[in-house]
Amino acid sequence: MSALLELRGVGRSFGALKAVDGVDLDIESGARHALIGPNGAGKSTLFRLISGEMAVTSGTVTLSGDEVTKLSQVRRARRGLAQTMQHSSLFLTQTAAQNVALAAQRHRGSARWLLPRRQRDVDDRVTDLLDAVGLSERAQVPVSSLSHGERRQLEIAVALACEPRLLLMDEPAAGMSLAESGRLTELVLALPRDITVIIVEHDLDVVFALAERVTVLHLGQVLLTGSPDEVRGSAAVQEAYLGSSTRGELFAPAASTPHSPQGRPKANVSTQGRPESSLGDAS
Amino acid sequence: MSVEPAPSAVDAPSAAATGTGAPSGSTRRRLPLTGLTALAVLILLAAVPLFVAPFQTSMLARMLIFALLAVSLDLLVGVTGLPSLGHAAYFGVGAYTAGLVAKYWTAAAPVPLLAAVGVAAFAATATGWLAVRSHGVFFLMLTLAIGELIQQLAESWSGVTGGDNGLSGIPAVEVAGQPLTLVGYVYWYVLVFAVLGFAMIWAVSRSPFGAALRGIRDNEPRMRSLGYSPFRYKLAGFVIAGAVAGLAGGLLASQQFALVTPADLGFTTSALALLAVAVGGAGSLWGPAIGAALVVLIRDVYGPDLDGHGTLVLGAVFIVAVYLLRNGIAGLATTRFRRRGPPPSDAAPPPDPTQGATGAPVSGGFRQNRQDGRQAGESSQRLDSDDPSSDPPNPGVKRS
Amino acid sequence: MTEWFADNFVSILNGLAIGSLLFILAVGLSLVFGMMDVLNLGHGALYLIGAYVGYQFTGGVSSWGGFLTALGVAAAFGLVAGLILSVATEPLVGRGHLDQALLTLGVALVVAEVISIIFGDDVQNVVAPPGLNESIQVFGNTYPAYRLALIGVGAVLAVAVWLVIEKTSLGALIRASVSDREMVSAVGVDNRKVKAGVFAFGSMLAALAGVLGGPVYGARTGLDETVLLLALVVIVIGGLGSVRGALIGSLVIGQVESLGRANFPDFASFMLFGALALVLIVRPRGLFGSKVGAG
Repeated sequence: MSALLELRGVGRSFGALKAVDGVDLDIESGARHALIGPNGAGKSTLFRLISGEMAVTSGTVTLSGDEVTKLSQVRRARRGLAQTMQHSSLFLTQTAAQNVALAAQRHRGSARWLLPRRQRDVDDRVTDLLDAVGLSERAQVPVSSLSHGERRQLEIAVALACEPRLLLMDEPAAGMSLAESGRLTELVLALPRDITVIIVEHDLDVVFALAERVTVLHLGQVLLTGSPDEVRGSAAVQEAYLGSSTRGELFAPAASTPHSPQGRPKANVSTQGRPESSLGDAS
Repeated sequence: MSVEPAPSAVDAPSAAATGTGAPSGSTRRRLPLTGLTALAVLILLAAVPLFVAPFQTSMLARMLIFALLAVSLDLLVGVTGLPSLGHAAYFGVGAYTAGLVAKYWTAAAPVPLLAAVGVAAFAATATGWLAVRSHGVFFLMLTLAIGELIQQLAESWSGVTGGDNGLSGIPAVEVAGQPLTLVGYVYWYVLVFAVLGFAMIWAVSRSPFGAALRGIRDNEPRMRSLGYSPFRYKLAGFVIAGAVAGLAGGLLASQQFALVTPADLGFTTSALALLAVAVGGAGSLWGPAIGAALVVLIRDVYGPDLDGHGTLVLGAVFIVAVYLLRNGIAGLATTRFRRRGPPPSDAAPPPDPTQGATGAPVSGGFRQNRQDGRQAGESSQRLDSDDPSSDPPNPGVKRS
Repeated sequence: MTEWFADNFVSILNGLAIGSLLFILAVGLSLVFGMMDVLNLGHGALYLIGAYVGYQFTGGVSSWGGFLTALGVAAAFGLVAGLILSVATEPLVGRGHLDQALLTLGVALVVAEVISIIFGDDVQNVVAPPGLNESIQVFGNTYPAYRLALIGVGAVLAVAVWLVIEKTSLGALIRASVSDREMVSAVGVDNRKVKAGVFAFGSMLAALAGVLGGPVYGARTGLDETVLLLALVVIVIGGLGSVRGALIGSLVIGQVESLGRANFPDFASFMLFGALALVLIVRPRGLFGSKVGAG
């Protein structure tokens, strides 16, 4: 299998600060890959460099064998790169169905059509996707009236409507209840294999339930890429996260019962500190 | 926004047919009412010259023209989220073009109007290419500056435009070789094209393209990540709005004894059009049309009684509208409607028990040919073992 | 080159005089916008108030007493008007630029109409005070003394404003508010007081500019729109919220106006907006722009 996404020496600096520094990464087609790391590790910045929302200051990004380093976010989106966003409010005044339709019509309908038009295939796609993420009952509800968890589900439906080859998910489980993040996990696991998934996530339960490969970022560099077991077992990773605490505290609950409601907890690194994504905004 | 029928939404035929409490049902029920209202208004407007004195008729024609300008501006302000302070520029360009074409070439019916639309669209393309790159207050200032530039052009190019005195001596428009001299006929001519222009803006706003414009208004960065290029859509919206404003200008020049002056494309005209949009309710299209009628009423009907100081009243209306009419006249109407019916969020039906038991929709929704055995197996395995994940698809947790 | 310079000497001086006036006018608008994100389209009306106050107190007679009284009254008017505008825009914070623009536009329309009701629509001349209402010789050119004085006043005010903004603690507070409003209010400074102060100060300068500009432009209806547009062009070119930008923008626009009108009378207004368009294409946030106002 060839690599769908290749990063070579990708870096981004803000003045003297190197938020992302010389990252090499190969994501195989069909992979379920997670990016983790403590706050400030550069996850969200790397995420934006991949999506094209932010330009790299060094290195190259290759998607399906074509170099896309210089391509805008719009062009990368048209090449099959979709994303769900952490803080996105989507299109607040519009209904869930309209939100998905907006994405669907760009990729299979006729977004440039100037007259009112029934887009049968877009409508069908919207029905399918809302059904898939469990929002079919909420199709006509404006996004502003959806709960936080429902908006995250809708984010996924919108991203899938872009018919992605590569789906980037920025902290999809942030702020979700246990039931909601459980549902999210199922959703992602049920995605067809021709969609490659990269997930940036603080919630290690979700990460270990979903990912087959995990890349740990620390201070803008790749600390380790390996299987979930290798990551759990790595002393370096543990040190990066917690400094001095024992490995057991960090990973034990997740390792034993990745999904159990009782055992979940305290492994969630995300709840402390500011959201790491504000790094990019600050400069 | 909620009064609009969803352009490309899933219309959930079952919900509409069974008349459940789903919001789509109420959208459906409102549609014939909207259509009937529109038809009634149209018939009433068409009947005006039969019952109303010539002076009032020509006043109504002016209201229609200004309403068309306001509605075209609403496509920018309300639908696309681009508040322009220079929209009268394209109105004026259309007016001058139609006047000049009628004066020096032909006054035969649609020709001056077509020329007005074409030249205004060209002007909007050339200037919009610059303007829509900017955001927020820069867009306000830039459109203001562009409007001013075009006004200066009208003032200083006096050999063609008549300079400060304006363009006069425009012949009456000719239909089938006969000049339209009666006020009533001119009014019908204006009405036909104003309705056409309004229909055009309405159609664009309800089209897939219009949905994209609304998406840009709500969240431009997200649109980019969906693969939309906001610049192109905004420019296209800007050109369409400019072209329809040019049509309104062309109608202005086809009025009897028409006089086109630089003031028609100046800052004050732009500001009054913006006032009409704000008072009427941005984004609703019909609201700004009513707002425009109000503005013309104050300026041209009550203004003369106030010794020409109708602007004073308009200034006061600006101030009151900003504080008291946040969503304009259309907003008031929507609020009243909402009070009568249940708000959409309350209309959420209870979770479907048939879906909760197995969690089947999770995998069932994706295109089957894309499924591969591995996940299906894995996910169902998880479903069996985990309680929380077999929650109904519509999680009961509602945080807002 | 020297020949060109000699030919255009008077125009260049005129440009400097216009630039001085524009700076006095635009710096307040720029700070109010940069600090508080309020686009005050009533700024031109404040200038108009100043111009008519100047006309009212000098009444076509050259006297220092009348001129200085006019300056004092205009300053008072400006301060009060600024405070009122600051309070009036307070409920609109967070509702976007359009609502603020509409409100201040409404205020501007009302002010302009009230002035036209009181003073009529005729063009009124304002006479410069004694000693300045005559022409003097500058390098062999006859030039109105008042305009030279205006250049001087502009230079003094520019230095004074620069010193206040760059060197005093008040100025530091203002600059901090321009770059990060939330942070300033987070450390316990009452944002509204800073806003009201800057609004009042900027409005006072606009009204003073009206009096100072009287002997050059007179007092007439429609002047508010003209000067508002010039000030907007200046701050867009200079960058919002920057004193240095406002100064350089004023000087550039002053020269474009003056040299343009002298050499290419038919195209002067195009040059003005051409300059604007050019700057915005090359530097979309103005020559010295910050991130402010992007939303």
